[in-house]
Amino acid sequence: MSPLLELDDVSKRFGGLMAVRHMSFHVEKGEILGLIGPNGAGKTTLFNLINGYFPPASGKILFRGARIDGRKPHKVCRMGLARTFQVVRPLARLSVLENVMVAAFARTNRPEEARREAREAIAFTEMESWRDAPARSLPLGMRKRLEMARALATKPELLLLDENFAGLNPAEVEKTIEIVRKIHASGVTILIIEHNMRVIMSISGRILCINYGEKIAEGTPPEIARDPQVVEAYLGSAHA
Amino acid sequence: MSKKRLLAALPLAALLFLPAATQNPYLLHMAILSLLWVVLGQSWNLLGGYTGQISFGHAAFFGVGAYTTGILIKSGFSAPAAWWGLPLGGLTAAAVAALIGWICLRLRGSYFSLSVLALSEVLRLVAVNWKQLTNGAEGILLIPAFTGKIWYYYIVLALAALTFVVIGWVMGSKLGYYFLAIREDQDCAESLGIDTTKYKLLSVLLSAFFTGVAGGFYLNYIGFIDPGIVFSVEDISIMMILVTMLGGAATRWGPAVGAVIFILVSELLRVWVQRGHLIFFGVLMIGIIIFFPNGIVGAVQDARARRRRSHGGPATA
Repeated sequence: MSPLLELDDVSKRFGGLMAVRHMSFHVEKGEILGLIGPNGAGKTTLFNLINGYFPPASGKILFRGARIDGRKPHKVCRMGLARTFQVVRPLARLSVLENVMVAAFARTNRPEEARREAREAIAFTEMESWRDAPARSLPLGMRKRLEMARALATKPELLLLDENFAGLNPAEVEKTIEIVRKIHASGVTILIIEHNMRVIMSISGRILCINYGEKIAEGTPPEIARDPQVVEAYLGSAHA
Repeated sequence: MSKKRLLAALPLAALLFLPAATQNPYLLHMAILSLLWVVLGQSWNLLGGYTGQISFGHAAFFGVGAYTTGILIKSGFSAPAAWWGLPLGGLTAAAVAALIGWICLRLRGSYFSLSVLALSEVLRLVAVNWKQLTNGAEGILLIPAFTGKIWYYYIVLALAALTFVVIGWVMGSKLGYYFLAIREDQDCAESLGIDTTKYKLLSVLLSAFFTGVAGGFYLNYIGFIDPGIVFSVEDISIMMILVTMLGGAATRWGPAVGAVIFILVSELLRVWVQRGHLIFFGVLMIGIIIFFPNGIVGAVQDARARRRRSHGGPATA
């Protein structure tokens, strides 16, 4: 069976900068694939390519066996590929419920059904007490969680999580790990960008490490932790 | 009937019986103008307030609606043509909106705002110069269909109510949620499965349709149009923005409240001050923008929300 998501020799250039070069990897249905790399390695650019925010300069991106490179984000979303944003983007003047309803409308035209789906996603991410609050009044931790609730409400098969743990306190980190595991257990495949090594090592089945837009290592968490190139990318060559 | 519905039905009932209370033509004239601006304010609000696409040139759609009806009459259709010209005017305005929207709505930010402004000026010049079609600057004169004002009153009342109901229905549907999402964050809306170009276009179409119908009504009621009146940037395009901002953009009742106050104040100023009344109106607007940036209805809603919170309403902290 073909993988759920496949990148084949994908490159993206911003002016003189090769943000992503000749990237090839795949995400198997049902796994949690961690994506790590130092700042500026091209992780979010990869998400933007997959989600259709901009097209790759070359290469192919396949989701469920179909080409999605060059398709607009709204089409990619309706195919079952949702994402969250690292820099959170709440629909500020709408309530939490309305934010999630907007997402739920990707799968239904009926407001009543969208409201029901949205309530479910809000319950799933445990933010019921914030349901009627305007999104702009949420603290960062809840904004990150709203990103997840919204992505979930679009009923994705593959979920791209972009640093949903950044800036959270330890208790929130634990809660978010729990929620990500719950999402995964409900049958959603996950590709996750995360800097918190403890988090990424504990939840990922496989990890992909990139630097300067190139894949430098791929493997299970223990393999990645031992990989000299990964250590070098993070700590410098003296430690490798 | 819910409390909210009752609240909406009350002013409508009062307006239905207004002509029973007074047949004073001056008062009816004021009421008709106010209701016309209720339609215009609501149209602009749908696109500018709810969808966040600011148009500086809605006169384009108003003028196209008026001229559609006018050209029908000029081409020899009898007076009833002036009335079925209303929906036709709306459709023509929507067609023009489709064209400009299709081109400009792929872009973001001020491109659309400025393109519509340019469009309305282009259309004004076309109307001035294409004399065979529009009579040019002489304008189009029409013999009014009704002698009294009551019929006009009821027609514009029906228009205002229809616009109110349709926009209310739209805003409660998927369409409305999508409009708001687009206003708040287009990239985010895209990633949540919203074809932003398509939904912005739908919003422009609806908005232009109602504006065009209002333009057709204007010709029927006033009996005369020329390019300088119906394609006027300051008297139509800018006033539509001010009426909406005054009452409260992105609120259900804002445009209606704004329209009534706008007609009342500009009329009072015109009577009392006679000259330069627009300056006073400008000062009033500056005051509103400084003290009630969300408009009058917006300010009332904010105050209510604050009171709810201080009474231990829904936990937001």
